[in-house]
Amino acid sequence: MPQYIVKRLLGLLPTLLLVGFLVFLFVHLLPGDPARLAAGPDANLETVDLVRKDLGLDRPVPQQFLRFVNGVLHWDFGTSIRTKRPVAQEIGDRFMPTCWLTVWSMLWSVLIGMTIGIVSAVWRNRWPDRLGMTLAVSGISFPAFALGMVLMQFFSVQLGWLPTVGDDTWRHYILPSLTLGAAVAAIMARFTRSSFVDILGEDFIRTARAKGLDERRVVIKHGLRNALIPVVTMMGLQFGFLLGGSIVVEKVFNWPGLGRLLVDAVDMRDYPVIQALVLLFSLEFILINLIVDVLYGLINPTIRYR
Amino acid sequence: MATLPASPPLLADEHVRTPWSEFWRKFKRQKIAMIAGAFVVLLVVVAIAAPWIAPFDAENFFDYDQLNARPNAKHWFGVDALGRDIFSRILMGARISLAAGFLSVAVGAIVGTLLGLIAGYKEGWWDRIIMRICDVLFAFPGILLAIGIVAILGGGMANVIVAVAVFSIPTFARLVRGNTLALKHLTFIEAARSLGASDRAIVFRHIFPGTISAVVVYFSLRIGTSIITAASLSFLGMGAQPPTPEWGAMLDAARAEMLTAPHGAIFPALAIFLTVLAFNLLGDGLRDALDPKIERR
Repeated sequence: MPQYIVKRLLGLLPTLLLVGFLVFLFVHLLPGDPARLAAGPDANLETVDLVRKDLGLDRPVPQQFLRFVNGVLHWDFGTSIRTKRPVAQEIGDRFMPTCWLTVWSMLWSVLIGMTIGIVSAVWRNRWPDRLGMTLAVSGISFPAFALGMVLMQFFSVQLGWLPTVGDDTWRHYILPSLTLGAAVAAIMARFTRSSFVDILGEDFIRTARAKGLDERRVVIKHGLRNALIPVVTMMGLQFGFLLGGSIVVEKVFNWPGLGRLLVDAVDMRDYPVIQALVLLFSLEFILINLIVDVLYGLINPTIRYR
Repeated sequence: MATLPASPPLLADEHVRTPWSEFWRKFKRQKIAMIAGAFVVLLVVVAIAAPWIAPFDAENFFDYDQLNARPNAKHWFGVDALGRDIFSRILMGARISLAAGFLSVAVGAIVGTLLGLIAGYKEGWWDRIIMRICDVLFAFPGILLAIGIVAILGGGMANVIVAVAVFSIPTFARLVRGNTLALKHLTFIEAARSLGASDRAIVFRHIFPGTISAVVVYFSLRIGTSIITAASLSFLGMGAQPPTPEWGAMLDAARAEMLTAPHGAIFPALAIFLTVLAFNLLGDGLRDALDPKIERR
């Protein structure tokens, strides 16, 4: 197993380098002169030249790339144009709210999604299935920002049960995490159902029933473990979806997280922040996929990694 | 000698079974998908005819007497904060959302399918390079890639379409590559090759048709996602700019008036929901009808 992890990590290197190179190129792809952007609209030519030297933009591109990689490895992403604070610090302040939001959403969506999926598979083509799958296809079709606005209007404004914006208490987490998790829960429900329906048709399930196990044991002990394998893979893929979705949800709930930081940065053309965030988001995504692959091996002992 | 009664001539099954008729036979049994398909057709008609059927000018008609008015006989879906007729704006918005969804997925599907065919058929270096590019595109969570592209190209609906198209490419490429790999070793491909068919003919006339059904299913499912992504970008202020009646942008604008005029948010939200729902249900139906492994259960 450790060998497998090392091998996978090494295999990631080319992808990481390419991602890093793309993110590095980002500054040069932006229309206009990055030095002028960094110096601000009122700066005179000399200041712009100074800033260009300071950022190393006067050197050849390969050297700039090495400088960029070196900076990233030392957790140095430059200075935010908007706030003049180090980007690493900006991100540090905003990291935890987004992290918790994503984790809570994942928990909701796994819990709700898998329950609906299993119930639908067990009572296939009966009313629990129809209800569950109607909910699921609606969840996929309802955009997160609209759902967030509806939930906020109903639970915060009209009923007054929950706070509207901010992240001060645990109650602030309920609506944003439900909003963010809804689509993923829907996808998980559909996926769990189809995975379960396949498994319940297998021979070993018939054997388990034939030897007189009660249905609950058949479903939970024999079905669940085997149906989980594709579901776990799906979970990993959906984490990327959550990371992306958090950008929209954070705007709706005015959440002080990375997503809103990114939206503000794009608005202000704050390219060091955009660069760092894009890199961070994709790093997270790649790492989560690696973790999922490893989990996959733990759940399914028939898969032997070499 | 007793004469045998003349047996009726043995007719070959009168009903010729083509892939198309097989598809139709399975598809029309699915009531929900049929309704969804009809709704999509209706949407397309509305989108095309919007400028003629919209009761008011979506951008330049201002009813100052009825700011934020609730739905009424004159304004079916009410009026927004600037006095514009929401019903007209929803109709015009259908044009934008459908065009954005369809164009971006079409571009993504064409480029992705070509890449997938090349990667799967040539294998070797082509395969490695193309799949590596897809891995890199996959390394960015969907909307993030789109935001990055919009940050480079600037806002606006055209750039949103490009951005959404780019992140549709890798999924189509992988899908088609997988199908191509499975098809290329089959006997009929070998037969075509031994008859002297060129690579191009083999890929486009023999392998490509085998991948179409998967591409069609994915296409319709993807349109829903793309409409949501495009609307999300507009909601974030990176897509359609005011006064364009784009549904996501309308929702963003309605946020400030949620207390006094919730209808300004409800109708665009419903419009997005029903449109995406229709495409998703249609896609599910297509998948069930086109996938030979699925017998109705």
